[in-house]
Amino acid sequence: MSAPMSNNRNGGRPSNEPARGGRPMGGPFGGMIGMPVQKAKDTKGTLRRMLGYLRPYKMQLVLVITLAILSTVFSILGPKIMGEATTKLFEGLIAKMQGVPGAGIDFGFIGQILMILAGLYIISAVFGYLQQYVMAAVAQNTVYDMRRDVFQKLARLPLKFFDARTHGEILSRVTNDVDNISNTLQQGVVQLITSVVTIVGTIVMMVTISIWLTLIALVTLPLSVLVTTVIAKRSQKFFAGQQKTLGQLNGHVEEMYTGHKIVKAFGHEEESVEQFDKVNGDLYEVGWKAQFISGLIMPVLMFVGNLGYVFVCVIGGIMVTQRGIAIGDVQAFIQYSRQFTMPITQLANLANVIQLAIASAERVFELLDEVEEAPDREDAIVIASPRGDVWFDHVAFSYTADEPLIEDMNINVKAGQTIAIVGPTGAGKTTLVNLLMRFYELDGGKITVDGVNINDMKRGDLRSIFGMVLQDTWLFNGTIRDNIGYGRPEASMDEIVEAAKTAYADHFIRTLPEGYDTVLNEEASNISQGQKQLLAIARAVLANPSILILDEATSSVDTRTEVLIQRAMDDLMAGRTNFVIAHRLSTIRDADLILVMNNGSVIEKGTHHELLEAGGFYADLYNSQFTKGGAFEPELVVAGSSV
Amino acid sequence: MIKILNYLKPFSLIVAIIIGLVFVQALADLYLPTLLADIVDVGIVNGDTDYILRIGGFMLLVTAGSAACSILASYLSSRTASGFGRDVRSKIFSQVTGFSLHEFDQLGTATLITRTTNDVNQVQQVLIMIMRMMIYAPLIGIGGIIMAVSKDATLSLVLVVAIPVLIGTIALIAFKGVPLFRIMQKRLDRVNLVLRENLTGIRVIRAFNRTAFEKDRFHGANRDLTDTAIKVNRIMGLLFPVMMLIMNVTSIAIIWFGSIRIDNGDMQVGSLIAFLQYAMQIMFAVLMLSMLFVMLPRAQASSVRINEVLDMKAEINDPAQPKHANAERGVVEFRDVTFSYPGAEQPAISNISFTARPGEMVAIIGGTGAGKSTMVNLLPRFYDVYSGAVLVDGVDVREMTQEELRAKIGFVPQQAVLFSGTIADNIKYGKDDATEDEVEAAADTAQATEFITTMKEGFGSVISQGGTNVSGGQKQRLSIARALVRKPEIYLFDDSFSALDFKTDAKLRQALRKSTRDSTLILVAQRVSTVLDADKIIVLDEGRIAGMGRHRELLKTSEVYREIVASQLSEEELAA
Repeated sequence: MSAPMSNNRNGGRPSNEPARGGRPMGGPFGGMIGMPVQKAKDTKGTLRRMLGYLRPYKMQLVLVITLAILSTVFSILGPKIMGEATTKLFEGLIAKMQGVPGAGIDFGFIGQILMILAGLYIISAVFGYLQQYVMAAVAQNTVYDMRRDVFQKLARLPLKFFDARTHGEILSRVTNDVDNISNTLQQGVVQLITSVVTIVGTIVMMVTISIWLTLIALVTLPLSVLVTTVIAKRSQKFFAGQQKTLGQLNGHVEEMYTGHKIVKAFGHEEESVEQFDKVNGDLYEVGWKAQFISGLIMPVLMFVGNLGYVFVCVIGGIMVTQRGIAIGDVQAFIQYSRQFTMPITQLANLANVIQLAIASAERVFELLDEVEEAPDREDAIVIASPRGDVWFDHVAFSYTADEPLIEDMNINVKAGQTIAIVGPTGAGKTTLVNLLMRFYELDGGKITVDGVNINDMKRGDLRSIFGMVLQDTWLFNGTIRDNIGYGRPEASMDEIVEAAKTAYADHFIRTLPEGYDTVLNEEASNISQGQKQLLAIARAVLANPSILILDEATSSVDTRTEVLIQRAMDDLMAGRTNFVIAHRLSTIRDADLILVMNNGSVIEKGTHHELLEAGGFYADLYNSQFTKGGAFEPELVVAGSSV
Repeated sequence: MIKILNYLKPFSLIVAIIIGLVFVQALADLYLPTLLADIVDVGIVNGDTDYILRIGGFMLLVTAGSAACSILASYLSSRTASGFGRDVRSKIFSQVTGFSLHEFDQLGTATLITRTTNDVNQVQQVLIMIMRMMIYAPLIGIGGIIMAVSKDATLSLVLVVAIPVLIGTIALIAFKGVPLFRIMQKRLDRVNLVLRENLTGIRVIRAFNRTAFEKDRFHGANRDLTDTAIKVNRIMGLLFPVMMLIMNVTSIAIIWFGSIRIDNGDMQVGSLIAFLQYAMQIMFAVLMLSMLFVMLPRAQASSVRINEVLDMKAEINDPAQPKHANAERGVVEFRDVTFSYPGAEQPAISNISFTARPGEMVAIIGGTGAGKSTMVNLLPRFYDVYSGAVLVDGVDVREMTQEELRAKIGFVPQQAVLFSGTIADNIKYGKDDATEDEVEAAADTAQATEFITTMKEGFGSVISQGGTNVSGGQKQRLSIARALVRKPEIYLFDDSFSALDFKTDAKLRQALRKSTRDSTLILVAQRVSTVLDADKIIVLDEGRIAGMGRHRELLKTSEVYREIVASQLSEEELAA
């Protein structure tokens, strides 16, 4: 059975856990009680916003609540009415025993009552189901709206937001958190209503039967509440301990398995097992305690419930003998008092579930409140046929305010020129892409393309001038044809094939079983790294940008594909303005301008000869590569293949 | 599931006690309605208050006994299940630790992790359920039926109708609902996939202005998911109301037919009340059991996955009579070695022969998939050769203990792996008893001292799990220092300089040369510049040796080598 099944059935077991972390090991029933709960910071505000999401479904919600109340009320009436039948039965029987003439069991009356009862139960069931039926649409559509809003929000957030967070963090808001909300909406809200109605209704029914018996039965109520809270509090400590130890254990397992080769190579198997056994032993100690204490709630509550049951039986029985109460009422009362513990435990459970959901909702709302990108200008300038002049004019930029990265950068690039970016770290590349494509905003100065400040253009228009062929090629789960056509959705099949040919990708694509219709799997692992790069080049060829940003071929590609990639890139670069993260000496030497970057900032710039003469960092780099004075000049290795 | 329960054996006595306790608890719970019937039929009918009080007191005792049994059973089952989980986990972990890379490849690291952690937890949880409910529910069910029949056999015919109807309804709903759950899971995966792609591809998506397209993709997936979720909830929503209805209708039927039997003098009122309660107990037992049947398949799947690990025999084991290799120091020989990965059509390497001696540097170069890493993995016996032999110090690696073999080797992997702990801990991983001086010297050679000293705590700085707080290049240098501190006979570098900038790379190789003079150096490289000054370059192409010798010789003799060089250097550089 898949996980969501239990999620829905238990009314929202929290699935707020790291993807690979251990799931909490609480007992299946009542185990939820006593689990440590993450609380929301602003419960009221979050609730209010949550209600905003429910507003479109106001009518349905009113219907659901009405149905839930009616359904519960009808089912609560049951025992009392059934009791009347029993009373009638008993009375008739007693009368018969006492030999009252003509006395007997009044089957007409009993039959009538039972028919009414059956009617009540059927109505209750129908209402109960209708309420579920309507709520399913309300809950799921609400969650649909939330997911949609989150996704649309993500599209408006600046890259700064994404770079500062792990993917897992963002994903968990849309999956775990929204899931929590969904489950709670589906089950929790209605359960809350029915539990409260059941408790109140049951008390009312009990009072109408006998105030004295009610008082006796209610003595057990504070006891149940007390038991639940005391145990819950105690078990929280152990659950927290269990989660922590489980985290340690999972961490150790993950570390040792991923580092398996190293553990073996250095002969550390024994230590690893020893350490595991230690943490595993700790987990046992704290685990069974958490399990036991949370498992206490059910039997203890049952005991308290049974206490009430016995008291009601005894005192009710005595009252019946003294004719203070009818036997059917005692029977009804017993049923009511037995019904009592369930909604209480349910409420205790719900308190946690709802808290969790509110905390989840708060996290989702936090995301929805993030600062968005500045909107595009209304009167944005459009460059009809871009040439590819780029000018960095006194550009200042930094990722964090207290660490200036670029302070006063001035670069003037003419259309068709090639700029080589050289340096030991990869941070430079990202920064360049970030600024040129306006993924990040400048702190000072301006960048112009063909004389137009990029801030005066629509982001979409600006970005369509650029093409990117990066080493960490991104392809999506779709056909090869769709992936190549990504930059120009309206491209014809012929154009796509043409682009693939230009990128030397046509050949390998045709060797695939489905050719251009081959679907790339999730990690695109059904084609090689080098082939991915060829596809990225084909994609750029089709988009036909005026300015290119590209990585030169990487080392993780087999030699023959590498040759193809290089050739395809050379073809692609011809006639465009190119920013190349250069690895090959020839590219660097032939570049119109070399930017030497270190730790993300440009420390030197100039042509190959200028920089060599200057005798700075570049010269140092260059010369240290030729200490051998060997047979030939090896390539200039620029490391940092990944950003 | 059954098989894995073998691990319960040490707890068999306790499990027997738990079963006994649950049995007593069930008996007590079954006894209460009968006592109540007595109160009604004897006490109330006769107006005997003393009798009512006496039976009431007895009921209190019974319920206290039931609670005591239940708590004790809960205590024991918590300990048992946790103990079981601990034992199984420990068994899996030591088993996996003994695995060779071969077994790791077969199953995959990620699933091994899940099997050691989540799967065991899953089984452990269900075990508790089994011990608490799987025993209790049938006892209550069967006991309830016996009691009901003993109260009134004829009236039990109502149950003969009601119970199959209840079971049938649950089965029907489950039958309709379960496939939908699977579909829902798929839709959920789809939503996650699109979202993840949008995070990883954010720059490309924005660069190509495809935000609107992606929005459509997401909304489509979102809509599909929502529609299925609504369907699922509407079907599962049937469960509770319908079941309540069945139970309530059953009660009504019992009262109606019971009344008739009472009228005929076949039954007493108290018995009817008791009968009603037994009917409810039986039906709740059915519910509990059906819930267990929902849980069981999950635990079943988990235990199958666990068994798969436990049944897997490590392929590489130490020989019964290990030989010692003390005759020579640092001599590596590959003798006509062929190796293929299981299931592969072609061998990853074939007919490889070469020798490396102390003081020599042997470099292996070739494209991706040429078999470089495979060669490296055979030396520490991460895999066993298919044919031929790998010899270290004159002894076949299969004839000595893995411990002795690996003690001779300082291995630096392609992906630098660090463990959580301080920097010093990580370097000392190569030699447990390394002195501070040794650690510092190793860091020096590995060109790591500079960045270590700029860290706040120096060598005491803590590396977080996965080494996320150090850069790739720093990780690589620490991983090199870890091998250096061992001062092994043989160094094995598997493309270990890729994340270093070339200046550090050059300095490092210079320092390495100096401090590893007496050792054998085997290194895998991608870049020609790294292998230029090797004593021997082995050029691999599709698993075969396509050339062996020094750089200059190879330029003349090996076409493949020239091709590799050409792909990295332009024509003019070649000519220079």
